[in-house]
Amino acid sequence: MSPSMSITRALREAGFAGLVAAGLAFPILTLGTEMDQSNRLVLEQRWSWMAIAAALVFVGRFLVLAFARKPARAAPHTGARVLSPALAAALPRAGVIALFLFPMVMLFWLGPQGSLKWINNYGVQILIYVMLGWGLNIVVGLAGLLDLGYVAFYAVGAYTYALLSTHFGLSFWICLPLAGLMAASWGAMLGFPVLRLRGDYLAIVTLAFGEIVSAVLTNWTDFSNGKAGIMSIPRITFFGLPFNANENGFAATFGLEFQAIHRTIFLFYLILALALITHVVTLRLRALPVGRAWEALREDEIACRSLGINTVNTKLTAFALGAMFAGFAGSFFAVRQGFVNPDSFTFMESATILAIVVLGGMGSQLGVALAAVVMVGGTEVLRELTFLKQIFGSSFDPSLYRMLLFGLAMVVMMIWRPRGLISSREPSVFLSQKKNVSGALVQEGHG
Amino acid sequence: MSAPLLSIQKLEASYGQIVALKGVDLDIMPGEIVTVIGANGAGKSTTMMSVFGRPRASAGKIIFDGQDITHKPAHEIARMGLAQSPEGRRIFPRLSVLENLQMGASVDGMAHFQADLERMFDIFPRLKERIDQRGGTLSGGEQQMLAIARALMSRPRLLMLDEPSLGLAPLVVKQIFEVIRDLNRNDGLSVFLVEQNAFHALKLAHRGYVMVNGQITLSGTGRDLLANPQVRAAYLEGAH
Repeated sequence: MSPSMSITRALREAGFAGLVAAGLAFPILTLGTEMDQSNRLVLEQRWSWMAIAAALVFVGRFLVLAFARKPARAAPHTGARVLSPALAAALPRAGVIALFLFPMVMLFWLGPQGSLKWINNYGVQILIYVMLGWGLNIVVGLAGLLDLGYVAFYAVGAYTYALLSTHFGLSFWICLPLAGLMAASWGAMLGFPVLRLRGDYLAIVTLAFGEIVSAVLTNWTDFSNGKAGIMSIPRITFFGLPFNANENGFAATFGLEFQAIHRTIFLFYLILALALITHVVTLRLRALPVGRAWEALREDEIACRSLGINTVNTKLTAFALGAMFAGFAGSFFAVRQGFVNPDSFTFMESATILAIVVLGGMGSQLGVALAAVVMVGGTEVLRELTFLKQIFGSSFDPSLYRMLLFGLAMVVMMIWRPRGLISSREPSVFLSQKKNVSGALVQEGHG
Repeated sequence: MSAPLLSIQKLEASYGQIVALKGVDLDIMPGEIVTVIGANGAGKSTTMMSVFGRPRASAGKIIFDGQDITHKPAHEIARMGLAQSPEGRRIFPRLSVLENLQMGASVDGMAHFQADLERMFDIFPRLKERIDQRGGTLSGGEQQMLAIARALMSRPRLLMLDEPSLGLAPLVVKQIFEVIRDLNRNDGLSVFLVEQNAFHALKLAHRGYVMVNGQITLSGTGRDLLANPQVRAAYLEGAH
């Protein structure tokens, strides 16, 4: 195999790339601000960082240019599929069983103290995003309405529970359906003005809606207590039995020794159940006329109208249902944290959920779940990489590089799997046998 | 004479500043195939689209089965028994053939779905072979068949076809036109056909209208128009 480029030319190009990297790294890496003892910001210069960045780019670029074989331009992945059909069919079931066993295995393996982090930070946290991803998937993946303000409905759900429980003492189990209902009606309310919009315009209006909700929650202090948030929200109960050490608590009633982990495990099963409900409802809806109408609407609005589909109602139901699941997730979030403030409902959250849906492959339930594991679990894994502190110094916090890695992941995805992790879509209805549709038919860039 | 099934009266419509229709009069009797022929941009498709309210008529009236539908929303019009196979077919590319047909039956509910499906397979056996395939993977001719079958699934009284021959091989065009003729003969389906392929359209249609610059300039039976020297010179020379 001959090198794809002469060594000198590769050196020259790599040198250029290194220069660009140095130029980019100068403002980002070289200049940093530090707080000194008298609380003043001082400019710190870290020339070595810039040198490392430039050297890495130079070496990497040189190796790629000089030694990497030019890949033959691959034909578009028509039947793109990572999984064999049998495995793809078995995976969701195995996944659900594994999820049911997960807290027990962790508890048995690491004990009540050690397993808390795993069940809470990994299990519960990821499942919240799986649920949000599936909820948004109804709006974006099925109905094709690009919603950049999805977190607003999450916030509506969270504040519904927070306010109703602190002011009126309503229990979580009453507030959960109320939160869903509330979020759904807000979804319909947003739906009305944006019905005429499509694509980019719709995205901007939904983005604005998300910002409005968070601005209202921040500034209407009489209502939401502003940035300070709502504290001491009642904790979850086991259908009325509180998770505490009292004799009428959960542990005493069931003759167990009181442990804080009980609540976490219950929360885990609760969010697992909520997420699975979202999933099952979505699957059922897809086989019903309304779900079919959503998908048809995504494909061609004019054709839908001429076939007698009421596009107004169809869009509204998609918005409202998607919002409802965000509302459920929101009230779960509030009962889990025991505290809500507007900082939890920023645009970053919307972007993360949307990224999960897009990375997962729009419309694919399994893809969305996998993407949530990667995106949210990945963030948590970064926290674990404490050994990096020994290399880069004690002030190095790997989780700060989250966004950088997300960006990198997105770029890599765009190159390797431009239509999402799982780009094929199983038909909702079929006559004789199921056939997966290839990703090549999945439109790109059509929100 | 009985009342027309669809009656378009002095219809005017425009896209923003551009006036597309300048007073169009057109009638379709029950059981009739009526075609509108004309050059690009004459307003043929606009006439058909404005029946469904896109663009909305700025003046004039559209009456279907005795009811004024000029200002009705599109989905209500579809529910009255008017089906359209729009220009460019507009099938749902990511839905399967079966799902596409189910969408067509939305208006009708699923009551006669099985029976209607069998009927479509009789008319278009190719669709049966492709039933689980994505709409987008069909050939152009198959997509046109699907678009017509999808429109027929709602059991319409009037089928509106916008350029069904667009981009299809001559043999396929012939096939599709034969299907339209059979549907009209056997089931008494009324058909409103907009075509650039004037020769085939006029041969098929009972009556035809010639459209120029947003106005109807000529009308008559299909045979008369085919024989008309003006029509021959403008639309048929070297066509077939």
